[in-house]
Amino acid sequence: MSAFWRTFRKNRLAVAGGAIVVLLVLVAVFAPLLAPWDPHRPDVKRMLEDPSGRHLLGTDQLGRDVLSRMIHGARVSLAVGFVSVGIAALIGIVLGAVAGYKGGSTDGAIMRLVDLMLVFPSFFLLLAVLAFLRPSIWTIMTVIGLTSWMRVARLVRAEFLTLKEREFVLWSHAIGASGFRIVWRHILPNAMAPVLVAMTLGIPAAILTESGLSFLGLGVQPPYATWGNILNEGKDAIEIAWWLSFYPGLAILVTVLAYNLFGEGIRDALDPRLRQAMGRGR
Amino acid sequence: MLLYALRRLLLALPLLIGITFVSFLVIHLAPGDPVELQTGDPSIESSAQAQKMLRELYGLDQPLHRQYWNWLTRIVRLDFGRSFAPDGRPVIQKISERLPVTLLLNVIELLVIIALAIPIGVLSATRQHSLFDKVTTVFVFVGFATPDFWLALLLMMLFGVQLGWLPISGLRSLNWEYLSFWKQHLDFVAHLLLPVIVATFGGLAGLSRYMRQSMLEVVRQDYIQSARAKGLAERVVIRKHALRNALLPIVTILALSLPGLIGGSVIVESIFAIPGMGQLMVQAVFARDYPVIMGNLVIVATLTLLANLVADLAYGFVDPRIRLAGRRSR
Repeated sequence: MSAFWRTFRKNRLAVAGGAIVVLLVLVAVFAPLLAPWDPHRPDVKRMLEDPSGRHLLGTDQLGRDVLSRMIHGARVSLAVGFVSVGIAALIGIVLGAVAGYKGGSTDGAIMRLVDLMLVFPSFFLLLAVLAFLRPSIWTIMTVIGLTSWMRVARLVRAEFLTLKEREFVLWSHAIGASGFRIVWRHILPNAMAPVLVAMTLGIPAAILTESGLSFLGLGVQPPYATWGNILNEGKDAIEIAWWLSFYPGLAILVTVLAYNLFGEGIRDALDPRLRQAMGRGR
Repeated sequence: MLLYALRRLLLALPLLIGITFVSFLVIHLAPGDPVELQTGDPSIESSAQAQKMLRELYGLDQPLHRQYWNWLTRIVRLDFGRSFAPDGRPVIQKISERLPVTLLLNVIELLVIIALAIPIGVLSATRQHSLFDKVTTVFVFVGFATPDFWLALLLMMLFGVQLGWLPISGLRSLNWEYLSFWKQHLDFVAHLLLPVIVATFGGLAGLSRYMRQSMLEVVRQDYIQSARAKGLAERVVIRKHALRNALLPIVTILALSLPGLIGGSVIVESIFAIPGMGQLMVQAVFARDYPVIMGNLVIVATLTLLANLVADLAYGFVDPRIRLAGRRSR
């Protein structure tokens, strides 16, 4: 662990990324205290007002404060990132563990399923599913989770394939430990490092997907503010109110950048060899 | 080689059936149906009769497995049914109008990505830690993090509105018919410029990163050392010995990035009002037009699968080791 910290600390970009991530989490948690205005309260006298001392990032078509809406939007991004990656990790770990531990035709079937999901253009699948479930933050999180578990499943399977032949596992078998106990207590803890890295890098991908869906109007619905739907509402007024479109996009960029730098820093500090095995996808 | 191709095709068949089944299940198990949307508020009494009629017409009253079977036997004959939209046109007609547009866009994007990413990756690998390498690294991280719809808005704002250099929607100008032959082509290219830039941005960052990584690994190999040791010019070593081997994993990466690229067409086509599959999908989703959504999903997934197959075959073509291994095992 100390070796991990020493390597991680040297990577200044990763530390900066981590700091921004922590800051974003704090902003999301304390959003109601930090937001200077009520994000839902319209003000017809101050529609599409330029950024000023009163409204730091201006106001939108209904006169709502953009900064306050963005601060509340950070909650959505955070929730979507964490919950959907949690769902994806759960599915990926279970399927990956079963495939790697059982082997044989079970492994074959699960890996075919992984192949199937990997060739599916998941954005089309997401859109299709969202058309039939009423879009809400919960359906978005579930659907993103259900379409992004393949990477974790592959990683866990690969770890299991090597770990199950190691001596400490064979010894557990020899003293009569049950299959579940061996997987849960002995193999899984040793396979978690790459999974944690994949999860950290999965969060920004989920945030990008959510904001894309919300931008199309198929994500989290108004009046709830998310960075994606502020942009969606702002795009029609882009010629007269650039701040409505500019700042939410910048927030997404900075957030995703921070998570990526942070995640890659953790990966490199944990094990430089992971570098090639993991890669990164959107 | 032919055997290898046949084997891959056979493996693709269950995937194809899986694709149709997954999409069918997911969509039909979900609540909400197009009849409600077409006939308005279900609480209004007069519409109950109309709803029932529509349900019977579209076969929504039958059990799920029968609906799937009927649908599957029809799509084998490329009959995707009729759109639920008021025009009621066959789905395959709607798709075939739009497919060429999306296909053209994606092929152009792919070519642009390959043409730019490979030299960028090679240059930053051979000049590791140089200024060029650092600049591209920054570009890669920013490229990964930039939401494509935001980039599209910014570029539209700058080039379309402020500078007025480029058109920002559609594929043709209003006066297209009256332009001369060359002007027509120029007009088309101008319309494509912004969408292609937006769509290639993220993929370009990804592929150049992988190319750099792959090149760095190959350059460390012994055979590169020996090539240098026997006095070959550095250019020959890089181009003939290193590049060819570094390109191998890129073929796979490229295939894996296809679903993302095609998915990206949804946003790009929506923003730039390009009449392709992505735009059709979004419109169908808003209208809950089941047959169009299903047709779209199946066609897009099948195309992605085929593209993957081509990539696999290409991989076998460029790397004899894969071909041999494929023949021996199983």
